[in-house]
Amino acid sequence: MSTPTTVSPAGSTGPSASVADTGPDFEQIKSWKTPIALAIFTLLGFLLLVVFGRDGESTMRLSTTTDLIQLPDVVLPTRPTGVVVVALLLLITAGSGWLVRSKAKVPLWLVTVFAVLLLVGFLAWASADHTIPVPGLLFGSLSLAVPLIFGALGGVISERVGVVNVAIEGQLLAGAFTSAMVASITQQPLLGLVAAMVAGVLVSFVLAAFAIKYFVDQVIVGVVLNVLVSGVTGFLFSQLLAPNAATLNSPPRFENINIPLLSEIPIIGPVFFRQTLIVYIMYVAVACVYFGLFHTKWGLRLRAVGEHPQAADTVGINVARTRFWNVSLAGAIAGLGGAYFTLGSVGAFGKEMTAGAGFIALAAVIFGRWDPIRATLAALLFGFASNLQNVLSIIGSPVPSEFMLMLPYLVTIFAVAGLVGQSRGPAASGKPYIKS
Amino acid sequence: MSETLQTPPVSSGKPAQPGQPDQPDQPGRVYQIFREITTGNAIISVLAVLLALLVGAILIAFTNEDVQKASVYFFSRPGDTVVAAWNSVSGAYSALFQGSVYNFRKPDFASGIKPLTETLTFATPLIAAGLGVALGFRVGLFNIGGRGQMLIAAALGGWVAFALDLPAGIHLVVALVVGVAGGALWGGLVGLLKARTGAHEVITTIMLNYVAYYLVSYLLRDGFLKTPGSNNPQSPASKPTAVFPDLLGPTYNLHLGFILVIIATIFTWWLLSRSNLGFQFRAVGLNPHAARVAGISVDRMYVYAMLLSGGLVGLAGINQVLGTSTSGFDAGIDSGIGFDAITVALLGRSRPWGVFAAGILFGAFKAGGFSMQAAEGVPIDIVLIVQSLIVLFIAAPPLVRAIFRLPTPGQKTPGAKTPRKRTTTPTEVVAS
Repeated sequence: MSTPTTVSPAGSTGPSASVADTGPDFEQIKSWKTPIALAIFTLLGFLLLVVFGRDGESTMRLSTTTDLIQLPDVVLPTRPTGVVVVALLLLITAGSGWLVRSKAKVPLWLVTVFAVLLLVGFLAWASADHTIPVPGLLFGSLSLAVPLIFGALGGVISERVGVVNVAIEGQLLAGAFTSAMVASITQQPLLGLVAAMVAGVLVSFVLAAFAIKYFVDQVIVGVVLNVLVSGVTGFLFSQLLAPNAATLNSPPRFENINIPLLSEIPIIGPVFFRQTLIVYIMYVAVACVYFGLFHTKWGLRLRAVGEHPQAADTVGINVARTRFWNVSLAGAIAGLGGAYFTLGSVGAFGKEMTAGAGFIALAAVIFGRWDPIRATLAALLFGFASNLQNVLSIIGSPVPSEFMLMLPYLVTIFAVAGLVGQSRGPAASGKPYIKS
Repeated sequence: MSETLQTPPVSSGKPAQPGQPDQPDQPGRVYQIFREITTGNAIISVLAVLLALLVGAILIAFTNEDVQKASVYFFSRPGDTVVAAWNSVSGAYSALFQGSVYNFRKPDFASGIKPLTETLTFATPLIAAGLGVALGFRVGLFNIGGRGQMLIAAALGGWVAFALDLPAGIHLVVALVVGVAGGALWGGLVGLLKARTGAHEVITTIMLNYVAYYLVSYLLRDGFLKTPGSNNPQSPASKPTAVFPDLLGPTYNLHLGFILVIIATIFTWWLLSRSNLGFQFRAVGLNPHAARVAGISVDRMYVYAMLLSGGLVGLAGINQVLGTSTSGFDAGIDSGIGFDAITVALLGRSRPWGVFAAGILFGAFKAGGFSMQAAEGVPIDIVLIVQSLIVLFIAAPPLVRAIFRLPTPGQKTPGAKTPRKRTTTPTEVVAS
């Protein structure tokens, strides 16, 4: 520090942060982050499941009453289950420590197994002498995750093309508002879906116009757009929708569609294949975005513009146009997510009904490292965590409900700090491209 | 250390700023003055406010019932529609003005000026939180965690205010310090996580908002913030020894918090533009890589910046508990100020005095918005629309110039070709 003339990029940072600062040329440095994180979770698991263990039997119901193939309920003795789970957790932690010692990376599947085990242990602990309906839990999780997934897909596309999309919240809200209104007037939920996409695109147009044409800081435009959409929808809601609720704010909802055969698969069927049309569109959207981004010319160009617009420009890609239309596409996808609030779940528009879902979607984008599949998984995790609280509060959990509600957010912080670490977005994301 | 740092981080990387309004040589002095006014920032700000109010007026007129009734027979008597529109808009905006600056219907000056003091009261937490967010922006950090930081500050400071028995004066100071420290720690945690593990501050601040909300909800329901013998999730009232004294007597709500906010603004200005630490902050904000090369510990700056940012936002939280709602608080004590602060910081262009002015403007909108809703039935959401449009327009000077046909700065003669060519791409159709 005293001699700033010597260039020392790594010297100024702490020892634990040095992993991120050294380039790939350096020798592989051991990162103890994962084993430490696992050890902390194992300790927490030990405290909860063994020290504060509960006696009784936990029942997990695997089938719904309408299933063709009925699976028997799984009954676990609560305390022994906890002990076994903690023992397995300890094994995995030790294993990951050994892996790091021998300079290998801890594979993702090991962490996933760890998480699932911890979850099973926790569920068993929380449901002592009660029954947890597993399909219901997962079904609700997916429902809660749908708007997040649409929002995250919009965020991924937008950021991959180089425009930071903080306006997901606004796109969701605009989609929810217009779909409710259009579907109420026309009594056609499908037209509501189209309207939601148009609304999302309109929000995107403003974002794109200001970010690409006027070079305004993209985060600023995004934040302000959220406020603007919240204001416009709130204003129109009070002035138009609330006084004329019967004609303007009572949209027909999509019916659940059971897909033949697939919906009869135990556990998976009731969760994934007895959903509404929007959810099926979501499956297609995730697959299309993933395939498109990484296996088509469109995706290659999109990513090139987001990573190195100058290079893309040099080879003849119109950077501004690519960004403009892809941000619009992102808006359309996020708008669909908004329609889910009104046409899929709640049924009528309410002020601020998205309640921060757009920000959670943004977190899912970063958590998923700008990858559509990973972002979808992150969104599912958020949905699961919120629904877990709902289910546990119904069966009467020993933990105060506030702490259950807090859990997903705490887990995210831990996960982002301990497992994801320094995440790097598309290189040119957030930077306007000024053609010289 | 500061001397050796002076050169590299700030000047590196950034190309020379284009478009400085310099030497329009041939034309006369009057023209020069005209150009300076029309191409300056001030005129853009004023026009942006006007434009935003205009859009608001259109929305008010279109959704007004009288206007809708009159518009049915628009082609036979168009005058009725115009009159109805004028009445709805002028009624709403005069209510906005009378609710935020001066109420002409009151008999004397003392009661007529009350709305202005209300404006300042509403502006107080907005300025404090806006300063915190702006400080983060200057270091390249996006602090969306205002809500959480305010809640923690309010909870800790509020606890000191209602639970401890201390002499007057000391009690106030202790509550203030504890609250600000609470906000600072909640924010500093984000900085620490970013510095130590690289966790993105946007994720962690959003997540900590929820954690703080549920934590405070729990404490209010079943913890040390609970009012004994009450089922409401609300804290007991602050003790009188810990309440901010009124500045202008009991008739006005304006309290000591406003003075504290002025001090905070001066402090932030001094910190950012006069202190060694502020220099390092700005260097990191402009280019963290260059700052690191120059020997600035970027990680440490992130921690310090988030501590200070959280502390300033915490001041907004403690201001709510000790000044505005002293009769006990619930988990909604932040009332959205943590998010409003982002717009305030943006409007103020992350400059301390800019934030101060923006905070007062938004305070006026807030104070006037309530009376507008009460008097004219115009939903307060119109205020959100106008606020966000102002920020949007101010952020895009070329748009405002294009709408009002103002000359572009940096252009030599009035007839010269504009640097940006006009082509009709879809982008433009939407933007105009």
